[in-house]
This record gives sequence, structure tokens and C-alpha cells, in this order.
Amino acid sequence: MTIQATDAVLLDMHERMVRIRIFEEEAGKLMENGKVPGALHLYVGQEAVASGVMVHLNDDDHITSTHRGHGHVVAKGGAFKEMYAELYGKADGYCKGRGGSMHICNMEIGMLGANGIVGGGIPIAMGAAFAKKYRKTQEVAVSFFGDGASNEGSFHEAANMAALYKLPLILVCENNGFGEYTRQDAHQAIVDVADRAAGYGMPGVVVDGMDAIAVYEAAGEAVARARKGEGPTLLECKTYRYYDHVGVRGMGLSYRTDEEVEHWKQRDPITMLESRLVEQGILTKRKITNIHKRIREDAKQAIEFAEKSPLPDPSELLDDVYYVQA
Amino acid sequence: MAEAQLDTAQAERKLAYVNAITEGVREVLLEQPDAFVAGEDVAGAGSVFGYYQGLLEQFGPERVIDTPISEKGIMGLGIGAAATGCRPIIDLMFMDFLGECMDEVANQMAKMRYMFGGHAKLPVTVLTMSGAGMSLAAQHSQSLEAWLTHLPGLKVVAPATPYDAKGLIISACRDDNPVFVILNKLSLALEGPVPEGAYEVPIGKANVIREGTNLTIIAFSRMVHEALQAADQLKEHGIDAEVIDLRSLQPLDTDTIVASVKKTHRAMIVHEAVRFGGFGGELAAQIQELAFDYLDAPIGRVGAPFSPVPYSPSLEQSYMPNAKRIVAETRRLIGI
Repeated sequence: MTIQATDAVLLDMHERMVRIRIFEEEAGKLMENGKVPGALHLYVGQEAVASGVMVHLNDDDHITSTHRGHGHVVAKGGAFKEMYAELYGKADGYCKGRGGSMHICNMEIGMLGANGIVGGGIPIAMGAAFAKKYRKTQEVAVSFFGDGASNEGSFHEAANMAALYKLPLILVCENNGFGEYTRQDAHQAIVDVADRAAGYGMPGVVVDGMDAIAVYEAAGEAVARARKGEGPTLLECKTYRYYDHVGVRGMGLSYRTDEEVEHWKQRDPITMLESRLVEQGILTKRKITNIHKRIREDAKQAIEFAEKSPLPDPSELLDDVYYVQA
Repeated sequence: MAEAQLDTAQAERKLAYVNAITEGVREVLLEQPDAFVAGEDVAGAGSVFGYYQGLLEQFGPERVIDTPISEKGIMGLGIGAAATGCRPIIDLMFMDFLGECMDEVANQMAKMRYMFGGHAKLPVTVLTMSGAGMSLAAQHSQSLEAWLTHLPGLKVVAPATPYDAKGLIISACRDDNPVFVILNKLSLALEGPVPEGAYEVPIGKANVIREGTNLTIIAFSRMVHEALQAADQLKEHGIDAEVIDLRSLQPLDTDTIVASVKKTHRAMIVHEAVRFGGFGGELAAQIQELAFDYLDAPIGRVGAPFSPVPYSPSLEQSYMPNAKRIVAETRRLIGI
């Protein structure tokens, strides 16, 4: 049974997608201008996946993410201020400046962290799903990962165990066509990562990851299945990242053509959803412009907050290596 | 001494190391509803070493869980479940299998709390088996504690006695940090006093297991017993050795070590692991930093030679450190 997106859901997804896009565009500028240290892996182009899945989740549902994790934090309900502060390495950041872009998290909204290790989050999400079943809750866990991670042993071990124990886990493969700079056809002999689901005894579903509504419907079925105790699903979302593996650039690179990037941009997930919202009379073009303006303003204010936030005090360097009983 | 803490009636009850492990885990499962045991052959088989026997029958398959042979998955299960409200006891059948799950251990488990700015709490305990002596050869006999003690965020304990095995398992499972409990396979039949009921052996506290005046032997896990034998033999040579059982490697009870060396003026470090790059190097460095002026002799170290653990009993016996070697090395060091 297909789960239909209501107007409220479409607006919710749109809001999340625009928030991700703008957060990432501004983050990219900060990196290019040398305002933030370290490396940022930006999510621009893939917004429909995080948003289409996350609208089904509550704060007590847990997710694990990837090195390209800002979008997942935003879509799960993360606040711009604490996120930018973390990218700046500031004391007000979600991780108090200890984690940065690749470990950004917010436990309060069930976000178990971005992860600098490709495939690193998958067994952890499986463990969270195990705990949910153990504690007899209706909660689910979702692991986001890329086509590259589907070649890691961690994916295979976690997938097997999730199916074996019928865990409430949704494995969301964001197939953006590249493992870092290596094209999918150079890193695996299959086209659909979802084919691997059969090997573990779970449904494998392929969906257009640029179409938020398609992601919403497929994720809805997977989440409902998990909540009912029917076990995990491997949901593959075919998507594309507009920017480079690290940073912004994106065009004029040797591992892909500019034509390919342009081709995917023709099916931009936000533009496609906005056309639909206008067609259906849910939003006007003017309202859409205002939404973008409002969110851009949020981002600017959050960046100002991050700029002003203090750097962590070196005296706190060794805090939180261990949990210390109060 | 730990035994001194026991009342007389309880001290009379002797238990083998293997059964002390079972009792420790059983106490934890009784007191913590969010605790479960997961690992390879932990349920139906009760572990290949037998230390979970009876737990499946007592606690059921929801709390004593057989897993596939998938160490990355098992360790991830422990991390994810611990981060979201459970208190998993993860069984890593042989310590040698750390290689199969080192990302989960080193990059995820050890670092999650710190990377997340203190927002994660990981009450996960890993029981794992170390040590040579059973002709299990190079991939089932190693002592790899130094792989773990080098990782900020982990606690590492290595019980030598049945009493400590039970007490350290209970302390580890009550701790809200990831703790590795390194067990020793050649010690499984070793008997010693073990009280009934739950008790803790504090993590981070060494045990002066024998008092002495002019040498400190620092050991942990099974090497404690070799050190005690060596101490007996050294008496004939006029050496009155104090023996410290570290019990906990991370955190390390530096105070007890330093106080002893300041008293005895000599230190001999013993572990079963390969000597080069082993945990003993850290101990030696700390002793010379903190008690240099008190030392009357170079700090000695006894460990395995720089080779994989061999299979044949004759080779394995000459590979493993023992009392004889500790005595010989001590005499060489002191010149007696």
C-alpha cells in the first residue's frame, strides 16, 4: 500500500530540502573563504533522500550518517546555529568543537553522528535497531550510506544480522554514482546496490533519489514494515552530488564531465518538488521565494552566532574522553 | 591483598576462573535488565571456553544471543545498543579477532563520546580471551592488550585470579564507559576464593599481591602467577620480591607502582605479549620518569620474543615467558 504524501508532508519535505541546500551553500562559501578549518563533504543535490526519509522519523528514532552528513542532521531537525558553530570548531557547536563536520551529531534528536569512516555507521545503526527491539519499542533505526560503503564488510555483516534478527532497520543507500572519485562501474559489478538485499533475505527497493515524493513513499513503506516488526529494508536512492567529493568545485573535474553534472541538475530535487507544489496550488512562486529568503536569513544569523561563539578552552582538551560519574 | 577483604566463611569457597567469569556475568544479568550477552557461540554452546554455560537456560535467548561470525557486526551491535540505552556484554571469542573489528573498536567505540562532545555514553563491556599455551598457534594465542591501551576512551582490565575475574566483570558492566576485560585461556581451571553474590574489584587499582623489600615485579593476567613463583625462587638468591598485579592497564595505578619501586629500588616488568612495543615499555617509561632517583638497577622487562606464537608445544613453551625466565633475567640485571 502506497503512503500518500499530504500537503503538509510536501511542505515539510520542501522546508527540510531548502534548509539543507542553503546550509550547504553557505557552508561551502565558508570553506572556500577559509573561515572554517578542516574538510567539508557537501550534500547539495542529494536533499530529497535525507528529507524524504526523515519526515517519517521521530526524535526517538535513531540514524547514523556518513562523512557527507550535514544534510542528515538538518533533515533530522538540527539547528543551524549549533551546526555552523561546530563547523567553526567553536564551543557552542553540537560537539563543543571536538568532532567537526565529519562527526557532527545531536543525540537529543536521535542523530548518532556523521562518520568519517566509510561504512562505519552501518553496524552502529544495526546495534541501535537491536536495542529498540530488545526494549520492545516501536522505534526504528536508519543508516544512511553511499554506494562506496556498500562494498565495505561492515555493510554486509550488519545487513545479515539485521535480517537474521528481523531488526527495525532501514538501510538507505544514497547511490550518488561515486565512491569518492571512483565511478560506480569501476568499484562494483552491479548497477543496483539494492540487488544485494536478496543475499540477506530482505526487500531491496530502488527509487529515484531526486524525487522527494518517490523517496517519501518508499521510505514510508520501509519504516512501516520496521515498526511492525517485519524486519529491515534496503532502500537504494539513485542520486547525485553537484559538488566535488570534498568542498565545492564540481565542474571541470576529470573524473566526471560537466555535461553529466548539468544532466543531473536538470532534475534538481528542489526545483522538481517546487514545480509540483506550484502546480497543485500548495505554494506560489512568491511564497517559495520567501521561504528561501527566510532560510537564507536564518543561515546568516547562525553564521554570525558561530563567528561570535568562543573557541573551546584548551583546559577542556581532556574532557569527555571518559564518562565520569558525577 | 584482595583475599584479606573476604570474611572467613566466604574465603573457603573456591571456584575456578572459568566459573568465576560465569558468576560475574550472571550477577550482571540479574541486576541489569538492559544487559545482554551477544557473541559467537555464547548461547547454545555456552562459549567455546564454557564460561556462559547455564546462562541461556536461566535468562533465555533474548538476553543470551548467538551471533553470526561477524566481529564488525557484533562490535557495532554493542556500540549502537549501548549508545541507545542498553548495557551490552559483547563476547569477542579470541582477542586475535580484534583485527576483524578494529574500526568499530578504535574509531567508533573508543572515540564516540569525545567526538560527540560528551553527548554519548557507551556502557559496553567486551569480554575477550588472550594468551598462549594451548598450541592454538599464531592466530588464537596472542596477547594484544597494547592495541587497546593505546586508545583513549577505552578502559582495559586483565584479571589474574578468579576473584578478580568476577569482580572486574561486575565493575566493568557497572561502568558507563567501554571496558575490555581481557581473560586468559590457560587460567580457566585455576582455582581461588570467590565470594557469592555481587562485588566489585575497582577498575584502576593495582593489587600488591606479595610484599617484598628489594625488587618489584610488575605483572598482570597469568604472568602474575609466574611472577609469584619467581619471587619464591628469588628468595634463595637473597631477593625479597614484591609482586604487583596491575589488574587494570587503563586506567593505570601508577601510584602503587611508583610507591613500590621507591621502596624496593628495583623493577622487573613481566607480560606475555611480545616484549618489543609491549605495554611494559610504557611501564618502564613511567617508572623512570617518576622514580629515577630511587632506582638501583636498570628496569628489567620480560616478554615474548619478537615472533608470532608458534604451534608446536616445544616451541611454544620456549616462547612463553615463565618464572624461570623472570628469575634468570632478574639475576642478570642485578648481577647475582
